[in-house]
Amino acid sequence: MSSVITISQLSKHYQVPEREGGLKAAITSLFNRKYRTVKAVNSITFNIEPGEVVGFLGPNGAGKTTTLKMLSGLLHPTSGDVRVLGYEPFRRSYDYLRQITLVMGNRNQLTWDLPALDSFDLQRAVYGIPVDEFKRTRDEFIDLLELKDLVNKPVRNLSLGERMKMEIVAALLHKPKVLFLDEPTLGLDVTMQRRIRVFIAEYNRRNNATVLLTSHYMADVEALCKRVIVIHHGRILFDGDLSNLVNQFSAYKTLSVTLQNPDTELSQYGEVLSKDDGRVTLRVPKAQTSQVTAKLLSDLQVDDLTVEDAPVDDIIDQVFSQKEEA
Amino acid sequence: MKRYIDFYLSSMRISILQQFQYRVANYFYMIGMIAEPVIYLVVWSTIANQQGGVAGGYTPGEFAAYYIVWTLVRNMNIVFTPYGWEWRIRQGNLSMELMRPMHPIHNDIAYFSGWKFVVIILWLPLALFLSWVFKPTFDITWMEGIAFFIAIWGAYLIRTMLLSLLGMITFWTTRVSAIFELYFGLELILSGRLVPMTLMPQWVQNLSNYLPFKWTFFFPIETLVGTMFIQELVAGIGTQILWIVIGASILNLVWRAAIKQFSAVGG
Repeated sequence: MSSVITISQLSKHYQVPEREGGLKAAITSLFNRKYRTVKAVNSITFNIEPGEVVGFLGPNGAGKTTTLKMLSGLLHPTSGDVRVLGYEPFRRSYDYLRQITLVMGNRNQLTWDLPALDSFDLQRAVYGIPVDEFKRTRDEFIDLLELKDLVNKPVRNLSLGERMKMEIVAALLHKPKVLFLDEPTLGLDVTMQRRIRVFIAEYNRRNNATVLLTSHYMADVEALCKRVIVIHHGRILFDGDLSNLVNQFSAYKTLSVTLQNPDTELSQYGEVLSKDDGRVTLRVPKAQTSQVTAKLLSDLQVDDLTVEDAPVDDIIDQVFSQKEEA
Repeated sequence: MKRYIDFYLSSMRISILQQFQYRVANYFYMIGMIAEPVIYLVVWSTIANQQGGVAGGYTPGEFAAYYIVWTLVRNMNIVFTPYGWEWRIRQGNLSMELMRPMHPIHNDIAYFSGWKFVVIILWLPLALFLSWVFKPTFDITWMEGIAFFIAIWGAYLIRTMLLSLLGMITFWTTRVSAIFELYFGLELILSGRLVPMTLMPQWVQNLSNYLPFKWTFFFPIETLVGTMFIQELVAGIGTQILWIVIGASILNLVWRAAIKQFSAVGG
């Protein structure tokens, strides 16, 4: 099975003018302008197979959006090879653009003053979708996202979450094979985030679409992505299963203990993270988890005890900090 | 081709729906816009009256006809501006347009074409009012009427090409309003927007024949107001087509370089 997305040694560098503050520096820069090279993406390599949903993680400025823009044909790479569905995205072949979509949480492609149905119809015309197929797809998406009562309202009267759902419908009406989703749940409440996640998962399942997703909400990643790619300072720090990321980088586990005597001091067993209604949360080094658990059970009257991996957010933070130190 | 026709019709429909939502704003904008030709008209009518009823071959009635048709041509000449290009590049909106499997200029042309239908409907009462006040002299043949209809769309397309080319400078630098203003200054003098070209010095008239500006203002107005032979009408429309082809060809070349330059700022 050949990969849908193939990236090899892909880089995007920018030349950014820079000068110090002050009048003298301003005048000097007129004659002797200095530039600094910013390596937004620096020699990254990965493949994505058909139907995979991959989380693309990293802090702000890590190079996620730049990579998505190169993959969707908006940016020319500085160097390296990139192929999506066999096309070189930067050539912007219309056949290629018909098979992909890019959803950005902060972008708007709907006509503000008109009902979303009008924008959907324009998308039909843009992609040359046959009318019957368009109506079938549109109605299917409207049902899945529960938008029936909203599609006739002017877009300006919709909430942020409702608008985002409309944006996603508009972006997928042409049934793209590859989805680049850049913060699709940005700024949405928990319920709306969940609905959008369910929809993306369902679209992936029904169409075997390949999805590359960036999100700062780990709930999105945990719900949708088996595999994650972690990028920082334009370089890939981790590429593999989410569970491997947890095993590899989680140095701690979280123990939640409910004791018969809630006043018992537990700091000798690990770092106390919280105490709430007799339930104590401890952080213990992963290697000592079984030892600490056994000691707790033998030393104290324990009503309940659970052992969990650290939250993925913490693990990702740890990946960044470990690599920074390295 | 079928897809493009479908797209143009859909985009024009969206534009008409949207611009009718803004009908009051559109109307006030048009009313504001007639201040410019009315000033020109009053000045030149006064000069004509002081010179015994004719100035540069135009009677006050012909000046009135010129500037009333001017108001329609000016509205037909409204296209997506270089400032709009600057805005959509800086705001990142161009990124979304670039994801479509078609050149963004199709959307610009289609959207503004739809807007024209709203403009024409709103313009009619204004034209009637101006005619009632300034008593224009019209002597229009059906041939001139057809030529005018073609020429105003030709003017629209030439200006779309020119201003899109100008707007694309913003792919290289986002602070280009001074260049835009220089262009608009040249256009004012060399297009017939300020005064009919026949009132300009001969060398300006000669120069304007080799530039595109005149074919966006003076020519369409003259097809209706002047007395042109059919050969002149056909030659004028032919020249418009030539400028559209030249503009589209240059635009295509510049676009290929511009898109490599695009830094997809702002999202």
